Amino acid sequence: MSTILSLPDQTTATLPKRSYLNDGYGLKSWLLTGDHKRIAILYLISITIFFFIGGFFAGMVRLELLTPPTDLMAADTYNKMFTMHGIVMVFLFLVPSVPATIGNFLIPIMVGAKDLAFPKINLLSWYLYVVGGVLTLSALILGGVDTGWTFTTPLSTHYLNTHVVTAGLAIFVAGFSSIFTGLNFIVTVHRMRAPGMTWFRLPLFVWSHYAASVLMVLGTPVLAITLVLVVLEKVIGIGVFDPAKGGDPLLFQHLFWFYSHPAVYIMILPGMGVISEVISTFARKRVFGYTAVAFSSVAIAVFAFFVWAHHMFIMGISNYSALVFSLLTMLVAVPSAIKIFNWSFTLYKGSITFETPMLYAFGFIGLFTIGGLTGVFLGSMGMDIHLTETYFIVAHFHFVMVGGMLMAFLSGVHFWWPKMTGRMYPEGLSKLAALITFIGFNLTFFPQFILGYLGMPRRYAAYPPEFQVLNVLSTAGATVLGVGYLLPMLYLTWSLKYGKIAGANPWQATGLEWQIQSPPLTTNFEETPVIDYEAYDYEWLANKTKHEVQTVG
Amino acid sequence: MHFISPVLWQFLVNWLTHFALFPPEASTIAPHADALYFFLVAISLVGLVLVLALVAGFSFLYRQERNPVATQIEGSTLLEATWTIIPLALFMLAFVWGAWLYFRIYNPPTNAMNIYIVGKQWMWKAEHPGGQHEIDSLHVPLGRPIQLTMISQDVFHSFSIPAFRVKREVIPGRYTTVWFEATQEGTYHLFCTQYCGTLHSQMIGTITVMKPDDYEAWTEGSTSGMSLAQNGERLFASMGCNACHSGSAAARGPNLAEVYMTKVQMTNGSYSTVDDAFLRDSILNPTMHQMAGYAPIMPTYQGQISEEGMIDLVEYIKKLNSNYRIQQTLNTSQVQSSAQNPAPSQSSNQGRAQQTAPTAPGMVKP
Repeated sequence: MSTILSLPDQTTATLPKRSYLNDGYGLKSWLLTGDHKRIAILYLISITIFFFIGGFFAGMVRLELLTPPTDLMAADTYNKMFTMHGIVMVFLFLVPSVPATIGNFLIPIMVGAKDLAFPKINLLSWYLYVVGGVLTLSALILGGVDTGWTFTTPLSTHYLNTHVVTAGLAIFVAGFSSIFTGLNFIVTVHRMRAPGMTWFRLPLFVWSHYAASVLMVLGTPVLAITLVLVVLEKVIGIGVFDPAKGGDPLLFQHLFWFYSHPAVYIMILPGMGVISEVISTFARKRVFGYTAVAFSSVAIAVFAFFVWAHHMFIMGISNYSALVFSLLTMLVAVPSAIKIFNWSFTLYKGSITFETPMLYAFGFIGLFTIGGLTGVFLGSMGMDIHLTETYFIVAHFHFVMVGGMLMAFLSGVHFWWPKMTGRMYPEGLSKLAALITFIGFNLTFFPQFILGYLGMPRRYAAYPPEFQVLNVLSTAGATVLGVGYLLPMLYLTWSLKYGKIAGANPWQATGLEWQIQSPPLTTNFEETPVIDYEAYDYEWLANKTKHEVQTVG
Repeated sequence: MHFISPVLWQFLVNWLTHFALFPPEASTIAPHADALYFFLVAISLVGLVLVLALVAGFSFLYRQERNPVATQIEGSTLLEATWTIIPLALFMLAFVWGAWLYFRIYNPPTNAMNIYIVGKQWMWKAEHPGGQHEIDSLHVPLGRPIQLTMISQDVFHSFSIPAFRVKREVIPGRYTTVWFEATQEGTYHLFCTQYCGTLHSQMIGTITVMKPDDYEAWTEGSTSGMSLAQNGERLFASMGCNACHSGSAAARGPNLAEVYMTKVQMTNGSYSTVDDAFLRDSILNPTMHQMAGYAPIMPTYQGQISEEGMIDLVEYIKKLNSNYRIQQTLNTSQVQSSAQNPAPSQSSNQGRAQQTAPTAPGMVKP
């Protein structure tokens, strides 16, 4: 298998003398930095920590479910485990995963700017994230919280004595970190594009981040308000959600899902951006139907706000409003289908190689297709009645969030790792990790679709014995999956010191970020670039490379 | 022939003999739900196989060894239209089919037999019209439409019977309904599927489907002696409802005879249908539904009547055909209050606490 990996001559290769990594040393130079690349690294480290914390809880959940009765831990402990797993993974890993790390690192470079529009707000956003994370951990250390990540009232407000207020506050604070990131991206994309960088020359990565940013800025405040209401209801009993005081317990769910459904797209859209870049690079071909892919991101962002009640089909909402929300849900599935087909057709007449990021991207396409299509099951109202609140739901959103988003995140990390660090990771080991992750993932979550159709409810610490076989398979898969996630952690850390020098453009990619040194300068560009070529223009890249060779020769 | 470890062998045998992909189809709705499921599985398989074939096929045909130079293609409006319209059409089909099934599951037939369900942390209480009470189990006759009118007395629960493919949220402060018609004798799982706190996974029970004759025998054998309506009548009297709702022309409250499922005019001129929820709200929150022609003098009974008591009262009012019974009750209650020691209440049955006179069942004790 030939490869487009073009590393510089390893006997003479050196890292650039000046880069954002050696521009200032010591903790202070990192903790008070305004550089979007350093903030991205800070985010990368912190979300990795929370990913493994959340992963630990997932492991405990799967371990308890190995046997039908509650034997490993008490029911209350189990409830805390899945709650903390959900809260940590959703709010502290998935929401910031791609945008705050890879997006933060790349958006300014991709539009040809020195930094994001508001570097200090960017730093503030990381500090808010850390405060949110520390509050979550303190809720955990004080004794945990067992509301489920959905904080459903009146359970959370009147029936639980765990640390609901602390956890609510944590998510409230972390929410602002995501609002600030979104705000920064929107302003940067509007105001800081380099000369010649028109909207339709932007990489699709930027388009999908722009769409996700709009969702962050418009949706997250609703979550903040909802959490404030929950805390007020719990602490002083204002009665917004309490039927005994004339409140409406369903109102909470409307408000919560008004954010939390768009949040699904906040999580997945940036991942879709990664896939567009990776597929194009390793097919050496412009993304098929650039405008269709770009506008499908915008369409997802718009529709995302009008489908929230599909989480409530069985909750006693009016049958006719359920009808409208089901229809809109079917519409939001279409842009995702458009993207999948465009990515597939990008391969057509390409010149394809199969490096690690591409393997993860293939994993994404397969698993996200399953995740998306099972979403249609749940959007179909009559089917939803049987499937909702069972393991079918659990399997569905893990296929989208873990099979989709986490694959995209790992694809992106492997793709831009040489740019971020200037070094390569071991190729064979990383391909093995991609394979292990894919197998482990399917083994973990595919049985859960069957469990769901059989009727096994989610969030059960104990279950009837006839469900055991499928649960054993799922737990076995989770073990494999765990190995798949630990491996990259190890070899990527190893590569920081011992990896081969990557050079500016190891993948021969067209993106602006690949035309500058690896790792980049603090100011990204020596002089403001002028863009006179389209996105994914491989002929331009070939000419440029030829020209460079001629100058050197 | 154990080439592998006996434990693993046992496990595999057990798996292969007990491996089910589907729960039993035990209601009239189940075959319809499964048909839709097969349709959705089919379109998913077609979509997935198509995408995998495209990705794998192109990866094979256009790998760098075979195709060293890529051909740049901008896109194709025709293809974009194709993969917009075909998925959309399939999704619309899923939408229409799903909507049809949804309305079928949530619109009960008019001849359905009504059973009441009260959910609480962490048990299910079922109340049959004849006054039979059950905890974490529900006996239903075969081949007869059953409507469940459900309410929670604390947090959200969800009443799920996978074998029937029906499920509905059970909400505090509001009645929700679901219906089914069982087609196969047997016992089936009942799950609470909405996370409701510590013992969520213990909030399970069994649905027993019996032949109509057996069901009759069961109802005879487990009656508490008082129907729900009779309990409601006692409660109606002991709460003093008949003081205002006496049915006479000069009464301060509306006449309740045959009021159920009629349209009544409200003070703001609009009309409302008197259904279960209307009756419940009118008792707990009288200002919510103010009927035209009556002064807003009714006090709230919030916190004084349990959910079971509410069900008894609603069932009583539903079955109230004339004011004769109210007059009767009025007389009885006057006699009772003067006598101070009425006849002992019915023997407690299946988890219902022994009621001490003169507290009627359903009244929340102070």
